[in-house]
Amino acid sequence: MIKLQINGMAVEVAPGTSVYEAAKKVSVKIPVLCKHPDLDHTAACGICVVRNKQNGRMLRACSTPADNGMDLSTEDPEIVQTRRSVLELMLSKHPNECLTCHRNQNCELQTLAADFNIHREVLDNITPEIPVDESTKAVTLDARKCISCGRCIQVCQENQNVWALSFVDRGIKTRIAAAGDIPLAESPCVRCGQCSAHCPTGAIVEYDESEATWELLRNPDLYCVVQIAPAVRVAIGEAFGFPAGTNLTGKTYAALRRMGFKAVFDTNFGADLTIIEEGTEFIQRFAHGKGELPLITSCCPAWVDFMEKYHTDMMPHFSTCKSPHEMVGALAKTYYAEKNKIDPKKIRVISIMPCTAKKFEIQRSEDMSSSGTQDVDISLTTRELARMIKQSGIDYQTIPESQPDHVLGAYTGAGTIFGATGGVMEAALRTAVHLITGEKLAKVEFEQTRGLQGVKEAKLMVAGQEVRIAVAHGLGNVETVIKKIREAKAKGEPLPYHFVEVMACPGGCVGGGGQPYGVTDELRLKRAKGLYSEDTAGIWRNSHDNPYIQELYRDFLDKPLSEKSHHLLHTHYKSRPTYQR
Amino acid sequence: MPKLTPKDLDVLRAKSVVIKTTISVGLSSCGIAAGAEAAFAALGEEVKARGLDISVRRVGCAGMCSMEPLVEVAVPGQPTVMYGNVTADDARKIIAEHLVGGKIVKALQVQTVNELAVCAFGDNSKPAPAGGPKQYRIVMRNCGVIDPESFDEYVARDGYQAVKFALTDGSSDAIIEQLRISGLRGRGGAGFPTHMKWDLTRKAVGEERFIICNADEGDPGAYMDRSVLEGDPHAVLEGMILGGFTIGAKLGIFYIRAEYPLAIERVEKAIKQARANGLLGQNILGSTFSFDCEIRLGAGAFVCGEETALIASVEGKRGTPRPRPPFPSVKGLWDQPTMINNVETLANIAQIINRGGAWFAAIGIGKSTGTKVFAVTGKVKYSGLVEIPMGTTLREIVMDIGGGAAEGNVKAVQTGGPSGGMIPANLLDTPVTYEHLQQLGSIMGSGGMIVMDDRDSVVDLARFYLEFCVDESCGKCAPCRIGGTQMQRVLEKIAEGKGDDTDVAALRRIAQAMQKASLCALGQTAPNPVLSAMKYFPKEFESRLKKSTPAAAV
Repeated sequence: MIKLQINGMAVEVAPGTSVYEAAKKVSVKIPVLCKHPDLDHTAACGICVVRNKQNGRMLRACSTPADNGMDLSTEDPEIVQTRRSVLELMLSKHPNECLTCHRNQNCELQTLAADFNIHREVLDNITPEIPVDESTKAVTLDARKCISCGRCIQVCQENQNVWALSFVDRGIKTRIAAAGDIPLAESPCVRCGQCSAHCPTGAIVEYDESEATWELLRNPDLYCVVQIAPAVRVAIGEAFGFPAGTNLTGKTYAALRRMGFKAVFDTNFGADLTIIEEGTEFIQRFAHGKGELPLITSCCPAWVDFMEKYHTDMMPHFSTCKSPHEMVGALAKTYYAEKNKIDPKKIRVISIMPCTAKKFEIQRSEDMSSSGTQDVDISLTTRELARMIKQSGIDYQTIPESQPDHVLGAYTGAGTIFGATGGVMEAALRTAVHLITGEKLAKVEFEQTRGLQGVKEAKLMVAGQEVRIAVAHGLGNVETVIKKIREAKAKGEPLPYHFVEVMACPGGCVGGGGQPYGVTDELRLKRAKGLYSEDTAGIWRNSHDNPYIQELYRDFLDKPLSEKSHHLLHTHYKSRPTYQR
Repeated sequence: MPKLTPKDLDVLRAKSVVIKTTISVGLSSCGIAAGAEAAFAALGEEVKARGLDISVRRVGCAGMCSMEPLVEVAVPGQPTVMYGNVTADDARKIIAEHLVGGKIVKALQVQTVNELAVCAFGDNSKPAPAGGPKQYRIVMRNCGVIDPESFDEYVARDGYQAVKFALTDGSSDAIIEQLRISGLRGRGGAGFPTHMKWDLTRKAVGEERFIICNADEGDPGAYMDRSVLEGDPHAVLEGMILGGFTIGAKLGIFYIRAEYPLAIERVEKAIKQARANGLLGQNILGSTFSFDCEIRLGAGAFVCGEETALIASVEGKRGTPRPRPPFPSVKGLWDQPTMINNVETLANIAQIINRGGAWFAAIGIGKSTGTKVFAVTGKVKYSGLVEIPMGTTLREIVMDIGGGAAEGNVKAVQTGGPSGGMIPANLLDTPVTYEHLQQLGSIMGSGGMIVMDDRDSVVDLARFYLEFCVDESCGKCAPCRIGGTQMQRVLEKIAEGKGDDTDVAALRRIAQAMQKASLCALGQTAPNPVLSAMKYFPKEFESRLKKSTPAAAV
């Protein structure tokens, strides 16, 4: 153990611990802008300077490892003045448009400026005019607001392995942009939005479509329906002061109704349906040899985009299932419209998603218009919904809970856990094992799929056969899994896996790029816990137990993988260039 | 070509050099820029046309830059004669009058009344007696003396003897011990003890180790490293081989800025010659030690002289620094232990091994041992490269060697380039050591020395240096990226006569933030020229505030 002194207090930490982390142990909070708990330090901001009392020098707390015998001071007039001066410099190259910024009241730079009592701009503002990049229609990049902390670039390059974002130019002209200074939509960007989730300011935010949504809602000729994704319900509360992980499904339904939605559906229903289709697909491939193994999940649009750009050889392995909200969208404009005798042309489907990539997914190919028009009209993030609720004068804290609308609203615990990494795999195994063995599962939990380990691997015995699975989350972790598959295929060796789940965002959708700000592993686990609790508490825990799913097949789809299913619920893949020109 | 054995090396070294009349032409970048190639060609043609038995040869930069092109005539039995500012016509005249006619062309002869000329030629291998020349050449001992493209000439001047020693009788312990005794410190500017760096890298845990020669010289007005690489590339290469042997590296990398094409060409030639002679490659001099060198070109970003940014650049990434620790000695290129030494540091190594650490330690004063090369430029009478023992005063360098101000009086001297500070004329008696210069708010730096005369405005010079640092800021950390630009804006306001006391206070506040919170030395030291100008020439700043014209004197 390393022993050091911080502000005269003895601290003991494990070797390799940073001064910043060591200080936390004695309740010393060192201000920092560039360091994010998910990421390696970039040491860019210079806010976290502390003093080495032995030589009088200042050092960066975020990047300096604690060392034996260190005697540090984190507060003295010069340290505070240095931090203030650095903040003043940052504010002199920042638009300071806080009132009209997406991150107003939720911005790390704004908070520090307030904490440090900066009440006037002491230096000339030298923010350059840089056009906003909204080309992806998923995230909005406003480089003027960027403080060049490098978090977005690090998460894009190192954690997500996408390499879309980079710094361009140098010195005072340094700014973030797609590598090569091209529009982001022409870059390898997969719209996962992790850049926005890690940005300390308003430089990268979701592409806001709340105004467009209000317009649809205010049009009396339209019939607007809405659905919420699994992960939304356990995160939205953070925007209203609820503890992280609180399940607010009923309140959210109620708020959506007050906002004017004619019907409130749940994407969890779509998740159950995905399991029936994908589970059947798996059995076709696994038990009947029809199609390539391993089967790879396709419900994450950023992952689909990533595969279509970087791993096209995996295309035959992909499940052809659309993502759950696309299934609900297609059924809302067909099955639901038919049942309720509504002109599908008047229906508008809005999805509330933890995700920025869904904004792209809804137009990714013609398959996304299987109902005749675009199946999902607008995809909003959790953050956009939270703001819309606040605008609507809804007291979210006290609003009584509501129920979803049928026939696309009922769901099982298997559908709920889709929102956490490993959830799709676990839900699929519950149904697949049942379908293979024909038996009711004595224990529905598959704990091997849970938790935040980057790649989770497991082997299970199903009816005397070994089923090998892998779960990866965070695109940077996908490489390991794909490499194993490729190597085995090349050498003609037994497949390392039969079934693989991939979610682009760390932690799965609970850690999605469209979720409330401030994500850390602690928060991811709390949100996931909220989902698993709902699963445990529910009556139905297997997708195939959902009576509304059974009704859907009986009345409309016929059977899994039927012709109608294929038309409405499945999609095709194509190779896409990493750079669009 | 057969690979040399230690014995072969000695045979080659002892091979008697045929004594004949030689004409040496300084053909480094400075000489070439001044037109030395035309003089060189004319000399060759003339010698051939007249059928003379004279060797016309190329040498490196002798350091007397203000008198390029330089032509040295050495006739056996007579004192050598140096001609300066030689054109092609002058060259033909020298052949006709001096070499054929036997009469020195007085009009072209360089007057050896000034120190720069005295020291540039003749034997500088020993410290001069009191009252003698001020220069003492260790690093530049072969510059302007040997043909830099000749392996044999380097070997004849004790070249590769240190490598031979290391591989036969020596050990890495012995080398580090001699470096420790010598007191050699990094000549890139920071002055970290070289033996410690070598020892740290040697002992660091890694799959492999690398040594990098930092030839990304970027200070405005500084060209010491370029001249050494152009004038004596084998000396630096020998330092690399010794470093590679000591730390156990298999690969050495010369990181040379792309703006130095001739240095690159000569290092490339030296590497090829060393490979051909068995001094690079497998089993050097028949030993078990194998080592090779490669060249990587820097794109000219000043910050890439900073170790971690240099490594990022070699790895193909944006040339931006990263926090230290971990230091490159522990985790450097490709995350492996990496030793980065400056050109001048490496050029000292073989001499220390050959002559012993104690010999080196006896030169200089205090903790600053050995010599230091400076590029003396600006408003000085004789500009050029100067190698002086540590502890020589600024006055001796500027007044005695440089001849003082070309016109008027010396006002100040800027050492350490854009990271250094302005030292006023009344402090010229300060000895040049790492410690003394730091006490004055400047630094040793890599060896730039710019002389200002009393017509120069320190405000304008501070602006120039700040502008340089702003241009060269990589943009990674906020204090340097924004602080530099904001300081520049405030300083411009002051220079235009629009500033007031609050602007002076703003300058100090930004400077403090940059010094304390910048990630690397570029940002930490960028305010130095401004701060030292404010410290030593406060009245000149004040006069600007009062909207008066630039003050002439303090």
